[in-house]
Amino acid sequence: MPTKFIPDLNWSDVTPKAVFLNRRQLIAGAAALSVAGPAVAKLDYVKSDYSTDEEPNDISDIRGYNNFYEFGTGKEEPSVNAQKLTVDPWSVKIDGMVDKPGDYDLADILSGVTLEERIYRLRCVEAWSMVVPWIGFPLADLLNRIGVQPSAKFVAFETLVRPEEMIGQRYPILDWPYREGLRLDEAMHPLTILATGLYGEEMPKQNGAPIRLVVPWKYGFKSIKSIVRISLTDQMPETTWNMQNPREYGFYSNVNPTVDHPRWSQASERRIGGGLFGGRQDTLMFNGYEEHVAGLYAGQDLTKDY
Amino acid sequence: MTLTDRINQAARRLPAWPIYIVGVLLPVWLFWQAASGALGVDPIKALEDRLGLWGLKLIVAGLCVTPLRRFAGVNLIKYRRSLGLLAFLYIVLHFLTWLLLDLGLRWEQALGDIIKRPYITVGMVGLLAMVPLALTSNDRAVRWLGSARWQKLQKLAYLVALSGGVHFLWLVKAWPVEPFLYLGAILGLLAVRMIPKRFRLAA
Ligand code: HEM
Repeated sequence: MPTKFIPDLNWSDVTPKAVFLNRRQLIAGAAALSVAGPAVAKLDYVKSDYSTDEEPNDISDIRGYNNFYEFGTGKEEPSVNAQKLTVDPWSVKIDGMVDKPGDYDLADILSGVTLEERIYRLRCVEAWSMVVPWIGFPLADLLNRIGVQPSAKFVAFETLVRPEEMIGQRYPILDWPYREGLRLDEAMHPLTILATGLYGEEMPKQNGAPIRLVVPWKYGFKSIKSIVRISLTDQMPETTWNMQNPREYGFYSNVNPTVDHPRWSQASERRIGGGLFGGRQDTLMFNGYEEHVAGLYAGQDLTKDY
Repeated sequence: MTLTDRINQAARRLPAWPIYIVGVLLPVWLFWQAASGALGVDPIKALEDRLGLWGLKLIVAGLCVTPLRRFAGVNLIKYRRSLGLLAFLYIVLHFLTWLLLDLGLRWEQALGDIIKRPYITVGMVGLLAMVPLALTSNDRAVRWLGSARWQKLQKLAYLVALSGGVHFLWLVKAWPVEPFLYLGAILGLLAVRMIPKRFRLAA
């Protein structure tokens, strides 16, 4: 057990901003959606203009079809195996080039935060996709509260390692802990969120409870789940799939229909929920978020920085 | 009576045709399950994977027939043709699922994948190598080719099995054990064929 160290960070100092929030400040809460499922706490949240108006996938799709190798490599395994995971208490170590490092309790991270619903497309590197109504808040909010030092250039993330509860970690299929990373400007982008729920309810364990990253213009594996560590650094961090196979999984891993995975095409995708005869649809540049994020990569050759 | 004798006796009594019936019903059942949602939320992938895996299982089963006879004296040779033909059926359906349902006849992407994606290329080699085997899987073809040449043609089955095993290993992410087990079994079954005749059981 890490000793819990809460530094003198005063959460009431926090300036809740996020301009776009004011536009449609409606508390949707329990009223907006009635979703079948186990009784879990409903979350209070507001809507966001960053949401797509595409129809979200059924909650059973989202909860039943997961890549979360900590709980097995099969798509249906996490929904079964993840239920053993203890998500309370949960603390996140925030360290590296920050003003206020420490082990933060999840409740502290969430206190004073305005949760938003972000209905995002999710594109897996395996060429399937979904639309997920996440509940979360901009990662930038947290980083601003913690205070990022000017020397920091990247953000590194780690998933929990607890083989007693995460049976996939008993095998060296990947080099645990699962690691991911973003460049600081990507991390600060308003589309990048930390999500704690979906469909108006607390995050199902198989989807990365209690807190996970969502970066909608990158392949799904960048959106690391069940985060226990966030480090600010000046070095490009090591990331799990890149370590596993650098030729196939780059650090950036932006959704890009013109840069194929060496073993399969990324030009099109299968939308989950389409059934046996749903066929495929074209994959969009940056997963359809091009107008928001293309500027981040101006001057970069995306066939090299894949 | 030994176990071997018992199996051989049972094999003499049991005809091969029920294998065809069960074998043809399986894809029908899989297709129905996929269409009705019983195979999960990504039925295309599920159907594709299941057909590929059953095809590979049948290919491996077919490879077991000869070593079983040589080293254990178990004679299941009369079932081998049905195993091979069903494997061919499953791989053809596997291919059609890919082309029609998965790619939805995006020809450009299909051709690109066959040429550029090694695991698809290797799968294609496996499928094509099965065609002459399927075409010559009747008694007329055996007579027409002559037994020696027909036997030689059957060696294509080794290429089919190797392609299938490599294809499977090549398409997975990370390192799950299953494809290694299949490829290992295939390599083992090919290796035992190289054991010199004098170590074999007397027929
Ligand atoms: C001897 C021939 C073949 C065998 C034995 C075979 C076997 C397999 C097996 C065992 C799998 C994996 C199933 C699983 O993950 O559970 C698979 C997947 C697949 N095969 Fe084949 N296959 C063959 C030929 C082909 C051909 C000709 C094509 C297409 C041109 C093809 C396309 C695919 C695709 C697209 C997948 C799914 C890949 C994925 O999981 O994303 N296969 N096959």
